[in-house]
Amino acid sequence: MSNDPTHQFLINKIVPIEIGGIDFSFTNASLFMVATVGAAAGFLYLTTSQRGVIPTRMQSVSELSYEFIASMLREGAGSHGMKFFPMVFSLFMFILTANLLGMFPYFFTVTSQIIVTFALAVFVIGTVLLYGFYKHGLGFLKLFVPHGVPGALLPLVVSIEVISFLSRPISLSVRLFANMLAGHITLKVFAGFVASLSAFGALGVGGAILPLIMTVALTGLEFLVAFLQAYVFAVLTCMYLNDAVHPGSH
Amino acid sequence: MFVTAAYAQQSTTTEGAEAHDAPAAGEVHTETGVAHEGEHGSGVFPPFDSNHFASQLLWLAITFGLFYLLMSKVIIPRIGGILEKRHDRIAQDLDEATRLKGEADAAIASYEQELANAKAKGHSIADTAREEAKSKANADRAAVEAELAKKITAAEARIAEIKSKALADVGAIAEETATAVVKQLIGGNVTKTEIAAAVKASADN
Repeated sequence: MSNDPTHQFLINKIVPIEIGGIDFSFTNASLFMVATVGAAAGFLYLTTSQRGVIPTRMQSVSELSYEFIASMLREGAGSHGMKFFPMVFSLFMFILTANLLGMFPYFFTVTSQIIVTFALAVFVIGTVLLYGFYKHGLGFLKLFVPHGVPGALLPLVVSIEVISFLSRPISLSVRLFANMLAGHITLKVFAGFVASLSAFGALGVGGAILPLIMTVALTGLEFLVAFLQAYVFAVLTCMYLNDAVHPGSH
Repeated sequence: MFVTAAYAQQSTTTEGAEAHDAPAAGEVHTETGVAHEGEHGSGVFPPFDSNHFASQLLWLAITFGLFYLLMSKVIIPRIGGILEKRHDRIAQDLDEATRLKGEADAAIASYEQELANAKAKGHSIADTAREEAKSKANADRAAVEAELAKKITAAEARIAEIKSKALADVGAIAEETATAVVKQLIGGNVTKTEIAAAVKASADN
């Protein structure tokens, strides 16, 4: 195995597919997208198949994630926002499962690809825009005009609001992507130190203990980050959806 | 082409890793350097390699679309149903508990009512029994008294009869005695009628 920390992000074709000169190959990234969907949907499906009034432990996990997202969305976007529950729930479960699967050695991390996180962010912002204009028409533009701003400052404030809105898909996607990428690279670098130091004999093995401890600690931290980034993505999605449901309420 | 190049490079590195024994660190670094160029091809940082963007987007759309459908059509209604059922069940159980408590209260009230009734009935039975016993005792006493009175009357009647009989005998004895006395004293015969009259006269005195 290569010691290159970015090797883990390489995409290999498994089934080459080319349509109209564009490469649509089934790659290892695609494989792990399928695995993510399979693991998340399979877990939720199997644990709830009993439909027990008294839940088993695993059923409780599924119910807790459901209620976690439901309360997050209700607090973030109000009861009108609950129509977006399937979307937020799917996003959270997909990102969380992809992040956690990426923690397995030799597994590919779907969310470490900027195009994937950007596509998810565009999906969120696109939904906000479509629903906002569909529901409120041009009234959706009130989003960019905060209440109680003096007329002289209005052009400045509106341009700031527009820029902040436009930067949302970028910040949303880069936050998730960069966290996963940096975490995995750091892990790989420290683990690489362990391997290369221990090649120097007894002294090297002794010296490798420090990066080994770091690797173990970082692994724990990365599990936290895996959950936290999925949570942050879901919370921000709820906040942005709130703009679509109640524009001009802030 | 790209795949084969990457593959070849990978197998080389794997062999290198397997063969590594002594001067590992340096060798590994050179290897990675080589691998770097070979694998990246265009020299782009892998996550930014736009050659794969189309494939990534397509497969993300397929897999996430499928996931979204599964969630919205199967999983969310199911978990929602479970939670709602549990909520209903708890509400129903609470209602049931309230109803049962009402029943228990009613049962206690009726029990106490029964108890009060039974006490009252017990009292009345005791009273009746006492009354009956009393009246029976009275009746017995009355009967015994009547009997005694009857016996006394009979005894008195008998005494009176004996007395009168005795008195009658006294007359006869007196006549005989008087006859005998008269005979002794005057030696003559006195008629029975005269004697009887004399006795009777003295007895009347």
